[in-house]
Order: sequence, then structure tokens, then C-alpha cells
Amino acid sequence: MLYDALIGPFTEFEFMRRALAAVIALSLAGAPIGVFLMLRRMSLVGDAMAHAILPGAAVGFLLSGLNLFAMTAGGLIAGFAVAILAGLVARSTGLKEDASLATFYLASLALGVTIVSIKGTNIDLLHVLFGNILAMDDQTLLVVAFNATVTLLVLAVIYRPLVIESVDPLFLRTVSRAGGPAHLAFLALVVINLVNGFQALGTLLAVGLMILPAGIARFWSRDLTIMICIAVLAAAVSGYAGLVLSFQTRVPSGPAIILVAAVLYIVSVLFGRVGGVVRQMFPGRHLEA
Amino acid sequence: MAAALHFHNVTLGYDRHPAVHHLNGEVARGALVAVIGPNGAGKSTLLRGIVGILRPLDGSIHLGGLDSREIAYLPQSAEIDRSFPISVFDFVGTGLWRGTGLFGGIGKAAREQILRAIASVGLNGFENRPIGTLSGGQMQRILFARVLLQDARLIVLDEPFNAIDSKTTTDLLALVKHWHGEGRTVLAALHDMEMVRNHFAETLVLARGPVAWGSTAEVLTPENLLVAMRMCEAFDDSAAACAADDARSRAA
Repeated sequence: MLYDALIGPFTEFEFMRRALAAVIALSLAGAPIGVFLMLRRMSLVGDAMAHAILPGAAVGFLLSGLNLFAMTAGGLIAGFAVAILAGLVARSTGLKEDASLATFYLASLALGVTIVSIKGTNIDLLHVLFGNILAMDDQTLLVVAFNATVTLLVLAVIYRPLVIESVDPLFLRTVSRAGGPAHLAFLALVVINLVNGFQALGTLLAVGLMILPAGIARFWSRDLTIMICIAVLAAAVSGYAGLVLSFQTRVPSGPAIILVAAVLYIVSVLFGRVGGVVRQMFPGRHLEA
Repeated sequence: MAAALHFHNVTLGYDRHPAVHHLNGEVARGALVAVIGPNGAGKSTLLRGIVGILRPLDGSIHLGGLDSREIAYLPQSAEIDRSFPISVFDFVGTGLWRGTGLFGGIGKAAREQILRAIASVGLNGFENRPIGTLSGGQMQRILFARVLLQDARLIVLDEPFNAIDSKTTTDLLALVKHWHGEGRTVLAALHDMEMVRNHFAETLVLARGPVAWGSTAEVLTPENLLVAMRMCEAFDDSAAACAADDARSRAA
């Protein structure tokens, strides 16, 4: 009975196995990126970028259908265009960068939805907005896995400057010029992983599998490496449980995955050992040192 | 003695608004220099210009043949995100960047170097503590430990003794004097006049421009301090272009 509910769908159906492989790939790459987004206080920037890349991904989608390579290229172009334009307006007018980014991402989202709705069908629009991981084919799965591999390799290269820039940016600027390129490479990884999440979760929820696991991890550890491991694990568990939930209850897969992650987040907020609510309400007797 | 630093008509600032005007002069190799002045005098701006974080609006700073990586900079601790989950060991270890760069590993010898640096600022046993759990004085001590590891020929300290107790100040001041004794050049932005008078041979009094620069005994006079205290230069978007530059070009 339990086997049928929890394992059966994956042994029985190929599309479920592909979906599981995809969420594991997304978790391995996206969750570490989410941890850095959170620690660099860029969580909402990630959310804004998810909307900002829609026109580029939409153009890729219209030219090549649900071809993740074309959508990634389009998304990267749109993401960088919005980030650069928002930065230019902020620097030349004194408008705060978050306000500038909000304006551009809203315009960008509107443009993306318009492009898809003019040229595509309502089903296409729903697909781009909410994703459908269960419809993933082998080729798309390979692109997701490729993007995840590239993400982990690039993250390994920029890890050290990224950490130092997050803690003490002035120090990094005095010892190396790696800060700027590392930040740009990190933004590129954000965009790559957002586009990667499109197929599974859609543009509206793609950032969810990056940010929610990071938020969960923050409540369980004060160590960066452990935090990244917990985030990856939380994302993979959310992905697996979300797929099972979706299969058993016919809830759409993307929202099901994010809802499971949200439940884990609430549990962490309540019971987490680093700043959890219960821990703060009942801290126990004070220590000697 | 050869100069470690040479300022040639340097103006530093932000968005065309100068924070330090027209500074000329030299810092000799191995000197121990205090930079003093009221808040907003341009001390931090000058130090940022020296370490290359800020480009001069005008003029130039020559580093006397030093590579920028031979400079160690201790920023004000407010610039550091202490909520980031990094241990004291890892934070101090970043001081080895010159040797490790992007990919270099931390071997046994490097680990011992880091542990020695932490011990020498009196924080033995703190290696695994997250930096967010440290007090202000302890944080300042690990910043000094990182400077130790950088093994730099020019050391630039931005208000290194702010808001710390007298014991910590004494310990860290001893380190500064030790560096000076090793022949390193040290520049420190400071507020404590007594400390400057007693421990720093040379002083630059700054008030958005140089008020006086030379031997501390000669420079640290009530008159110079009064001039610095009266410094008042509003940030004005409609200000005219600097007249001193016009005068210079006419003279040339």
C-alpha cells in the first residue's frame, strides 16, 4: 500500500521518473544559488528576475517551442537587459535600484505575457506561467541536467570570491578584481536556474525551489556548507513529495512541489534550532559559557 | 628614504563632489602616520583612495612600486555583514588570498598560520565561532588577525580602535607598533588625540583638505585642530567647478 503510494508511481511511469530526475537536478543546482540569493539579501531580486526574463524566454518559446536551450538564451538576454537597464536608470537618476528593477520587471512581465498570448494559445501561456514537469521529454531533461552541471561547476569557480564579497566586499576589492565578474557570473547562474525551473514550475514559481529551501536551511544551521546541504535536501524532498502529491491528488505538479516546500518552511520556522519560534519561546536553562 | 606613497594634487570624492581636495605630499617607507580630523573630514575617503577602492577625481596616488596586493586594508567593522554564516577561522583565512587566490587550497602550513594569527590576537579557541556571535572588540581583533596574515608592506587602518575597551586597544596598538618595528608602513585614521600624541610620530590633519602634515609634535597644535574643527563645506549640487584647478592651469 505504502509502496504503491510512494514508490509505485516512479517504477510504473516513465514520465514520473523523468520528473523526479529533473527535480533532483533542479535541487542540486538551484538550492545553493538560493542560499546565496538569501544571504546576499537578494531574494526579492531573484523573484523580480524570474518575471523579467519572461519576454526572452517567450520569444525563444515562440521560435522553437518548449526548447529549453532557446528559452535559456532568450531568458539570459532579457535578464541581463533588465538588470543593466535598471542599474543604469538607478545610477543616472538617483532612483533606488529596487524601485527601478520593480518597474522594469513589471514591464517585462507584461511584454512576455503579451508575446505569448498573441502568438501562442492559452495552453501555451498556462504552460509558461505554471510549468508542467510531468510533460518533460528526454531532450529537455538533458538540458536541465546540463544547466545544473554548468551551474555547479561555475559556482565552484566563483565560490570563494562570492563568499568574501558577501561578507566583506571592500576587502575583496583591495585584494582582487574577481568581485565584479563573480557577481555577474552569479546573476547569470540565477537566470539559468530560473529558466531551468520554467519547465517544472513555470515562471511564477521557478524561484520557489531556490528561495524556500534556502529559507528552510537558515533555521537549521549557522554553517554555510551545512546550510547548502540542507537546502539541497529540502528542495529534493519537496520535489519528490510534491510529485507524489500531484500524482495521487491531481494537483498541478509545480504548485504541489512549492506547497510541500512551504510546509517544510513553516515547520522550520516553528521548530528550527537556529531562531525557531518554539526554541525562542522555550529556550531551556541558560548555559555556563 | 624612498616614499611608500606619493600624493600628487589628489582630489577624492563621490559624483564630482570632493571629500578631500588637492592633497600633495609623501609618506616615507616604514612611517607610522596618524590621519586625524572631524567626522566628514575625508579620512576614510583618503584611505579608500590609497587602497584603490576609490579612483581620484583628479591628481594621482603613486604606491612607490608596491603591487596593490601588498597593501592590507582594515575597514570600519560596520562595512562587514556579520550575519553571514562564516567562522572566525574561514574569515581570518581570507587574509591568505594573495597565496591561495581563487582555487588554492588551505594546507597544513596555512592552517597553522591561520591558527597562529588568531592566537596572536588573543582569540585562541574561537576558531569555529560564527563571526556573528563575536563582540565588537573580538571582531576588531579578528580583523587585525587577517591583516597579520596578509603580510603586507603597506597597512591601512580605518578607525581601528573605535568602540573597543582599553585592554583590546592596548593589545592592538602593540600590534601596530610591532608592524612599524618590522619596517612596514602604517597609516591609521584615528580620533584619540592622546594616542596619536603618544604613539604616532607623524600626523596628517585633514578637514576635506590638508590642514597640516608633519611631525606630530609640530602638527598637533590647538590652532590646527581649531581650523579642522571649523571645517564646513556643504554638499552643493549647484557648486561651480573647482577654482583651484583653474588657477593651476593658468599658472601652468
